[in-house]
Amino acid sequence: MDLTLAELSPASLSKRSISLGIIAFALLTLAAVWFVAPSAPPPVLDLSRSKPSEKGLYTVSIEPEGGQVRQGELQSWLVTLTSKAGTPVENARMTVDGGMPEHHHGLPTSPAMTATLGPGKYRVEGVKFHMGGWWQLRFAISAAAGDDEAVFNIKL
Amino acid sequence: MLAIFRNSAVFVSLLGTILAGCGEPQFSEDEKAVIASLSLAKLPPLPADPTNRVADSPAAAALGATLFFDHRLSGKDEVACATCHKIDRQFQDDLPRAVAAGHNNRRTMPLAGVAWNPWFFWDGRRDSLWAQAITPLEDPVEHAGNRTAYARFMFQNFRDRYENIFGPFPSLDGLPRHASPLGTEAEKVAWASMSPEQQDAVNSVFANIGKMIAAFERSLTPPETRFDRFAKVLAAGKEPAAADDLSGDERAGLKLFIGKGQCIRCHNGPRFTDGHFHNTGVPPIAGLPADLGRETGVAKVAADPFNCLGKFRDGPDTACGELRFMVKQGPELRRAYKTPSLRGVADRPPYMHAGQFATLEEVIDHDARAPDSGDGHSELNPLILSDREKKELVAFLKTLSE
Repeated sequence: MDLTLAELSPASLSKRSISLGIIAFALLTLAAVWFVAPSAPPPVLDLSRSKPSEKGLYTVSIEPEGGQVRQGELQSWLVTLTSKAGTPVENARMTVDGGMPEHHHGLPTSPAMTATLGPGKYRVEGVKFHMGGWWQLRFAISAAAGDDEAVFNIKL
Repeated sequence: MLAIFRNSAVFVSLLGTILAGCGEPQFSEDEKAVIASLSLAKLPPLPADPTNRVADSPAAAALGATLFFDHRLSGKDEVACATCHKIDRQFQDDLPRAVAAGHNNRRTMPLAGVAWNPWFFWDGRRDSLWAQAITPLEDPVEHAGNRTAYARFMFQNFRDRYENIFGPFPSLDGLPRHASPLGTEAEKVAWASMSPEQQDAVNSVFANIGKMIAAFERSLTPPETRFDRFAKVLAAGKEPAAADDLSGDERAGLKLFIGKGQCIRCHNGPRFTDGHFHNTGVPPIAGLPADLGRETGVAKVAADPFNCLGKFRDGPDTACGELRFMVKQGPELRRAYKTPSLRGVADRPPYMHAGQFATLEEVIDHDARAPDSGDGHSELNPLILSDREKKELVAFLKTLSE
């Protein structure tokens, strides 16, 4: 932009250029608002990877195997279960589903628990997120203390 | 007076800058990151295919290329893979629905970047490139041949090259001339008369034909486009050179593509596809048999003896994750079709799985209207796009061809 303060100084501005200046300022402001206007804010999501299950029977912790969530790739997740007393939960079974709540569709794959790694640690294989955005993973857990579930938010 | 003139000139220049700013949108840091994710520079290396031990063998790729263009690889020596996958037309045929030995009910798919797919065909009824490649060979409206005849064809014409790649050719002595579990009634009867060992021998040669064609097709990668050059410069934080820059309309179209237009939900990543299946309410073609898309595809791939869990796979079954964790049922599968790549899209109308739309404008109109699916549930949300915005989207899509 080839504008200097001297050129905009009141002494050098005629009435006409002042009115043109006002229009220019209005346009500039509009342009500025246009470019910085935020899109709709995302919902405030609890993105924690460890939480009590819905009925409080277990503490459920999840992490992608290999550390990082990758879009568009099959990935395994590790699930760690502890009891209210903080001891590892053994002999649990779980099913996994999920999806994108804003888009009303499920996961592109059917993940499944495939290994008991112990103590209290399990592997779930076949998780894939094929789009960016807000995803949920729901773990339905069945163990000696009873049936319970935990839902995690994941943002890609 | 001079001051007025001078300041008017300043104003005109200021206004010019503003208008140029309006016509040529700039991108936020978030948008720049999304744009980078679409660029060819982000295409991961060619994925290994451990289920095909000759996937990266030059000898296999060379014979695969020969077979790809050989019309004798068909029932009446009239159809090659290249009949519909035309080398000078992005390996597609410009037709709404392919025509080979007969009339097909689906559009021929282009092949650039095909090796990055998790699933093959519009409905994902195959789970590897090699299992895909042999499927049309026995389809009565495609190559219209049978696997026993193909095995004999390989033995008679390419025995040495085949044996250099795979080792000794299995014995084909005493085989019926034409036999296949998928063929005519006579071919099915002939197939059933063969011993399991004979069937396995023929099946292994048939699978190997697919593995060689797949080795060739792995070399078909998407070329760099004007969009990629623009994205590369943008990612480096530099100003694009004139030849690599996108116009105001093209930039606005890109902004819509990754923003308001929501195109990027499915057309994501460097190939502009998520590789999965969606019902977008594309209407069926009147007069054709019912087409349920992925719903039928999952049943077919699960039953395919050449799928990843079958005995013709090389390597361990750890490569079979997509099949093992496939969604096998649910309302989302009904009339869901694979997201096509958008690279080169402007140069290959018509569009959709059965060529339902003649122009990109029609596609964008459809996606914005988001009509209900006559069968199943459309994943699209209606959008209000102005005529100008539609033009901008088309302008952007054309940058994926140049």
